[in-house]
Amino acid sequence: MYSEFYKESLEAVAAARAENIAMEPQRMTAEQKETLLKTYHPDYREDQFSELKVGPNKGDKVPHELCAMLEAHSRITADCVDLTKPDYETDVLVIGGGGAGTSAAIEAHEAGADVMIVTKLRMGDANTMMAEGGIQAADKPNDSPAIHFVDAFGGGHFAAKRDLLAKLVCDAPEAIQWLSNLGVEFDKEADGTMVTTHGGGTSRKRMHAAKDYSGAEIMRTLRDEVLNRNIPVVDFTAAIELILDDKGNAAGAVLMNMETKELMVAKAKTVVIATGGAGRMHYQGFPTSNHYGATADGLVLGYRAGAKLLYAETLQYHPTGAAHPEQIFGALVTEKVRSLGAKLVNRDGKVFMHPLETRDVTAASIIRECSDRENGIETGNGKAVWLDTPMIEAIGGEGTIEKRIPAMMRMYMAYGIDIRKEPILVYPTLHYQNGGLDINVNGMTTNIDNLFVAGEAVGGIHGKNRLMGNSLLDIIVFGRNAGINAAKTAKDVEVGALTLDHIAKFEAELADAGVETDAVSPKLLPNYTKQKNI
Amino acid sequence: MEKMVNIFLFGKKYEVPSNLTIMSAMEYAGYQLVRGCGCRNGFCGACATIYRIKGDRELKACLACQTTVEDNMYIATLPFFPLVKQGYDIEKISTTEAVMMQLYPEIYACVGCNACTKACTQSLNVMQYIAYAQRGDFENCAEESFDCVMCGVCSSRCPAGISHPQVAMLARRINGKYLAPGCGHLEDRVKEIKDGEFTELIEALMQKPVEELKELYNTREIEK
Repeated sequence: MYSEFYKESLEAVAAARAENIAMEPQRMTAEQKETLLKTYHPDYREDQFSELKVGPNKGDKVPHELCAMLEAHSRITADCVDLTKPDYETDVLVIGGGGAGTSAAIEAHEAGADVMIVTKLRMGDANTMMAEGGIQAADKPNDSPAIHFVDAFGGGHFAAKRDLLAKLVCDAPEAIQWLSNLGVEFDKEADGTMVTTHGGGTSRKRMHAAKDYSGAEIMRTLRDEVLNRNIPVVDFTAAIELILDDKGNAAGAVLMNMETKELMVAKAKTVVIATGGAGRMHYQGFPTSNHYGATADGLVLGYRAGAKLLYAETLQYHPTGAAHPEQIFGALVTEKVRSLGAKLVNRDGKVFMHPLETRDVTAASIIRECSDRENGIETGNGKAVWLDTPMIEAIGGEGTIEKRIPAMMRMYMAYGIDIRKEPILVYPTLHYQNGGLDINVNGMTTNIDNLFVAGEAVGGIHGKNRLMGNSLLDIIVFGRNAGINAAKTAKDVEVGALTLDHIAKFEAELADAGVETDAVSPKLLPNYTKQKNI
Repeated sequence: MEKMVNIFLFGKKYEVPSNLTIMSAMEYAGYQLVRGCGCRNGFCGACATIYRIKGDRELKACLACQTTVEDNMYIATLPFFPLVKQGYDIEKISTTEAVMMQLYPEIYACVGCNACTKACTQSLNVMQYIAYAQRGDFENCAEESFDCVMCGVCSSRCPAGISHPQVAMLARRINGKYLAPGCGHLEDRVKEIKDGEFTELIEALMQKPVEELKELYNTREIEK
């Protein structure tokens, strides 16, 4: 329900709707995009970054909040646990129970390895569960992996590691087939043809979806499969430190029960970090569309043990976070809303950009509209622009919204806003960690053997910006890949004596660099309590 | 000054701003959540919650992250509910109602009380999708249950001990794998890639100077 305050602007939007539907807004030129990003995208705000003083990426800039966690103390010292008496022993230890972790576990299991999952909340508590819009794969006759490659490479500002991106696009159709064979219900025509749409920056309609519960449908199916295979899942248990062996290879992790704080040792031949993203770090004070547990844990674990980061300075701000009502402030409004035809309009009902530019460009454009151009609408939580959802019904016919984006309809209906009849207010929200740990095409980190990474904790697959639908794809392709290779590698691994020496070594580096801090990491969970807890 | 309301968390009274969700209200009160908090956006089912407004007979269920507090709301979270999940091999499973009789026979003990539907935090017609499952109509069971977040509130209210979300999960996987139409263009493309039909194209892109790729990207044709 919108208050009287919004009436005038709402009327302007409604009055211009028919004309706005008919118009085809111009796309920006490469130069226009570059200038826009440099002026308005949060990644370019230099005062929001600090230089790392220690570790493999010393001298690189990362967001202040991430820097504080990377340069924090371990939660433990080496003498807190007895490494000679592991509580768990396995071939493959998967840290994280989201889409990448479960895919890795299923494939490692399929390859005959002993595999276990540890996850700090429940299995399935992950950004995967919240991915709404879809998953890309070039499987239509007018499309090809090569076209998909060019779309993603350009969308990521030509910075992706090409071999990783090539794997992503070439393995995409098989990833869809794998999911389909597990029972994931993709939207299809009666003859089995996939219903596909555009995402921002795609040149072909290759977005596959399961309504706007795409990630949830994938996640619950993968979770069901992990349970069917009786793969051990240790839930409410966080990995708080990697364990190396005396050869410097990854060989397990120190675990902490999130409720009792009990510490345990897991010994493994190979380790897969699949800990996900970082939205709950609230970089630059942005709200986030991410899961409660998205606190960059994997980056911290890997970095302290000596693994390199790539592009950790680049974040994705999803252009359309909910800006109103405040109960859902920052929640994701799927890009599919724009794929289905809704355009972005300003206070006066004017379309100010093509709705399907890449996410970074769209976010920067909305920020410009709300700042220098002063065409935003005040929400009480800052300015916002309209996303004109009724256009979808006008274009696709009555019932399109309920059929294609039921979760969006439900989310707003809870606050008395019928998105079939009224537009919604949006503003960028922190959505995705473009960067992460540096891996090779086998999924192993480039400088610690037997340490694999998959999913949002990886850097370099997408470059410096990610297209819609390439993240659900990446967790499946690189999750499976990590599982297969971690199982294969484990066959020939002789684990040496376990050690946590890297903790003291890192502490010494912090002291040498003059870093003074009380912070400990990984963060594990944000603290939203209003009271000061003792 | 924000308007405040009184709520009762597990029976204890707290005064909180009236515009908060139940989840934010718990945090406002000082709870650092570990249980009962997941995606915070209505997709994961971690924050199933039951509540009663003082003086009201009806016991209501909701997701704490999707529901605004009300004055005199008595709140108990249900962060875990012991659903029964049967194991099976998706490759070898029967696609008729026999599979339900074998794995979830309790669904045939449904007494039709409709408490599951009334309790559903997603406003789904739960009893109806169980009826479809009983008949082996997995396509309709899948469609009717699609928005399920598996929070388990339905099962907490069921006198027959049915684990509705797990029944629906099974139906959706059977439907997705076996009953939905196959996809020809997908199979063709997977085969083409395996046969190496795109290898040369991709190899060429891997080698191209960035300037050429920029040109290719900026001038590419975009499907309408």
